[in-house]
Amino acid sequence: MAHGPSSSFKNPVVNWLDQRLPIFTMIQKEYGVFPTPRNFNYFWNFGAIAMIMLVTMIVSGIVLAMHYTPNTNLAFNSVERIMRDVNFGWLIRYIHMNGASFFFIAVYIHIFRGLYYGSYKKPRELLWMIGVVIFLLMMATAFMGYVLPWGQMSFWGATVITNLFSALPLVGQDIVTLLWGGFSVDNPTLNRFFALHYLLPFVITAVVFLHVAALHVTGSNNPYGVEPKGPQDTLPFHPYYTVKDSFGTVVYLAIFAAFVFYAPNFFGEADNYIPANPMVTPPHIVPEWYFLPYYAILKSVTFDITIPFTGLKLIEAKLGGVIAMFGSIAILFILPWLDTSPVRSARFRPLFKKGIFAFLVAFFLLMYVGAQTADAAWHLGGLEIPLVYVGQLATLVYFGFFLSLPFIGLIEKPLPLPASIAKPVLGGGASAAAGAAKPMEKA
Amino acid sequence: MRRLRSLILAGLVAVAAAAPAVASEEMEYPKNEWSHGGVTRGFSNIFGTFDRKALQRGFQVYKEVCSACHSMNLLSYRNLGALGYNEAEITAIAAGYDMTDGPNDEGEMFTRKGVPADHFKAPFANEKAAAAANGGKAPPDLSLIVKARKGGEDYLVALLTGFEEAPAGFALPSGGNYNKAFAGHVIAMPPPLSDGGVTFADGTKATVEQQAKDVATFLAWAAEPNLEARHQMGLKVMIFLLVLAGILYAAKRAVWADQH
Amino acid sequence: MADTTQTAGHGPGSGSHSGGDPSRRDFIYLAAAATGAVGAAVTVWPFIDSLNPAADTLALASTDVDLAPVQVGQSITVTWRGKPVFIRHRTAEEIKSAADVNVGELRDPQTDASRAKKPEWLVVVGICTHLGCIPLGQKNSDPRGEYGGWFCPCHGSVYDTSGRIRKGPAPRNLEVPSYAFKTDTSIRIG
Repeated sequence: MAHGPSSSFKNPVVNWLDQRLPIFTMIQKEYGVFPTPRNFNYFWNFGAIAMIMLVTMIVSGIVLAMHYTPNTNLAFNSVERIMRDVNFGWLIRYIHMNGASFFFIAVYIHIFRGLYYGSYKKPRELLWMIGVVIFLLMMATAFMGYVLPWGQMSFWGATVITNLFSALPLVGQDIVTLLWGGFSVDNPTLNRFFALHYLLPFVITAVVFLHVAALHVTGSNNPYGVEPKGPQDTLPFHPYYTVKDSFGTVVYLAIFAAFVFYAPNFFGEADNYIPANPMVTPPHIVPEWYFLPYYAILKSVTFDITIPFTGLKLIEAKLGGVIAMFGSIAILFILPWLDTSPVRSARFRPLFKKGIFAFLVAFFLLMYVGAQTADAAWHLGGLEIPLVYVGQLATLVYFGFFLSLPFIGLIEKPLPLPASIAKPVLGGGASAAAGAAKPMEKA
Repeated sequence: MRRLRSLILAGLVAVAAAAPAVASEEMEYPKNEWSHGGVTRGFSNIFGTFDRKALQRGFQVYKEVCSACHSMNLLSYRNLGALGYNEAEITAIAAGYDMTDGPNDEGEMFTRKGVPADHFKAPFANEKAAAAANGGKAPPDLSLIVKARKGGEDYLVALLTGFEEAPAGFALPSGGNYNKAFAGHVIAMPPPLSDGGVTFADGTKATVEQQAKDVATFLAWAAEPNLEARHQMGLKVMIFLLVLAGILYAAKRAVWADQH
Repeated sequence: MADTTQTAGHGPGSGSHSGGDPSRRDFIYLAAAATGAVGAAVTVWPFIDSLNPAADTLALASTDVDLAPVQVGQSITVTWRGKPVFIRHRTAEEIKSAADVNVGELRDPQTDASRAKKPEWLVVVGICTHLGCIPLGQKNSDPRGEYGGWFCPCHGSVYDTSGRIRKGPAPRNLEVPSYAFKTDTSIRIG
């Protein structure tokens, strides 16, 4: 970035600075004139929105940390002191609490957009993988943050999730003891979780920079999934997308504010307003909503995996569940190589579109199943369907979607692609299929 | 995209339609009207404020009935200003309690009159003492009870008015009381409220239901004392954000005018 | 697709706008920027104000002190807002030496009468106005400096029996907190 000829600015102070440290040249290049596909829809707002949410979380979190006490005897009351006595403490705490949910909502939409429009494909594989790393870091940060108020859900969520590692053969229990710093979730655990919860957002920020840097090497994907062919296909980032992102962000913030001010406990659990009690488990432990799909996948593996006819246990159900849960995220890393189709956007991929719809339904089903008790069932006209089966089916669809991508790419007949962004052959009439089939563009 | 969107919507509707089949197993409580809108109900009344009279009556119920067993450790007497009491009244309320303080210069604990900065005096010295005096289980602290129970205020009203004779054939363990709103129906707490059990200064008839609603209002305030400030600020913030969104939309239209 | 990876940008689009009245457009940009800036500025306030003393801290901002057990010539130290407050039951000589000073010669001219509500009781915040150390002189065995008041060991500031700076680097007299006599033998500080 630093080697290009530096621009010349009217303001002499800016010029002086820029000749010594070309940040203004960089901003001008990366956010001013940066050529951006002209056909973004509002799905492309969510990267910027996610970034704003990250900043919101860091700012509100730093202020909260100034009032919070990471000690098992004091943590719960220190949070309540923030809520009751600290000036605007309730506001800052509710912003942080709901901000986590709205950060995840933005990121989920951002990920879905990447999935739908094939943004993970060549040449953006690394961009996608860095994104998955951000997602993982976010999950770790959110999990540890949820422990800090030291309510019942905090404590038992921490206990259940850290116990996942005990499923690992041989070293499992040692790892769990290491994570705890004791023989149960206790003060040492709370202290290290606080330290890490404060640290990880800055790691996330650093990885976000890598994410953006990688994005600016390849340029953005777009709803057609067709690379820009010339200046007629792109617009300078500023003012076109700065103003569009600003508008989208403010609308999003308005929805966020509605929850902060009028339904601040909507995403929360009543049990977390009860101080942690290591002697009493709440009847129904659920993680935060953004973990529910993975929690459901974990719960779906209820069987040992054995070698047929020998009765030899290969993988215990507990370990199987853990593998499936981590696998459900890990599979995103190899997604760019699973998908064999040269066409990016689902808009031109009829079969993939059906698949991604099935995946989405499965994802929401898993989210729903994850929130229910282990013995819950659907009663449909006398028929009882245990939700475990629903979860298992949804888990199959979840993995089935990814694992069928190589084959979908082979058998699918894509719709004709637009010749370029500026001249979409599909523009105009709604009867897209009737459009003259242009020679398909090959990668 | 439009087709996909409708498909997703259809899927969500299907899930939502099936959901009540499961949810119905959870207990539902009759919904009451709350002038503050209900602390745990989202978007219920965005202009909601607490009923000051009900708060004061509810505090009286807590003071005269509940506080015999239930602590409210997160509240201080100074907080009572929000109920409409003035400083002299709060000082008088606080002075009605003897607080253990110390150690003094001789290393002894001593007793003094309560001051507004003191936390509400707890009925028992510690949780173990509370458990020992109440058949092995300490009565829960009430500071956050409205936010700590599903159903919030409505649940409390249902619970406080839900005591009745156990149905025939119901095996009620000794020391247990039958309550139709409590999970499992067996609750250790005996019916705390009775008609005319307290005498309200404002002349309101102290039925069990009235007392239950008033104390639920008081406990809702105790759990969420900043509800009114939140509602007021929320209105300003929402108006601001919507105006800003409108201006930005106009700006966006102007910028994109030559591109569409 | 891989054949076109980068395209050259064109100049900022603002100059090439064709539609709309330019002055109206500029007004919208200005309004958007100004509204956004105001919003950002207002948003900062709750975060700043949260660092101010919280309600529970303010509730403890006043302290009641019973003066009855304090003998003539004796000093006590009480905690007020996390700071030491020196209360000295002054002897007749101490009152006299404090009153007899020529105020005009002092670095921070204040009469004794303006510093003590009742001459026998001196109430001052026991924090040296130089750099915040706690001066010696509360115990009779402490060094009190040549004016019989307090002596700060950090940088040698010397205070008299009215808590006024007489020597050393401190710029001002020991601060007198706001206090009031509730009865003849009890005060409320703060």
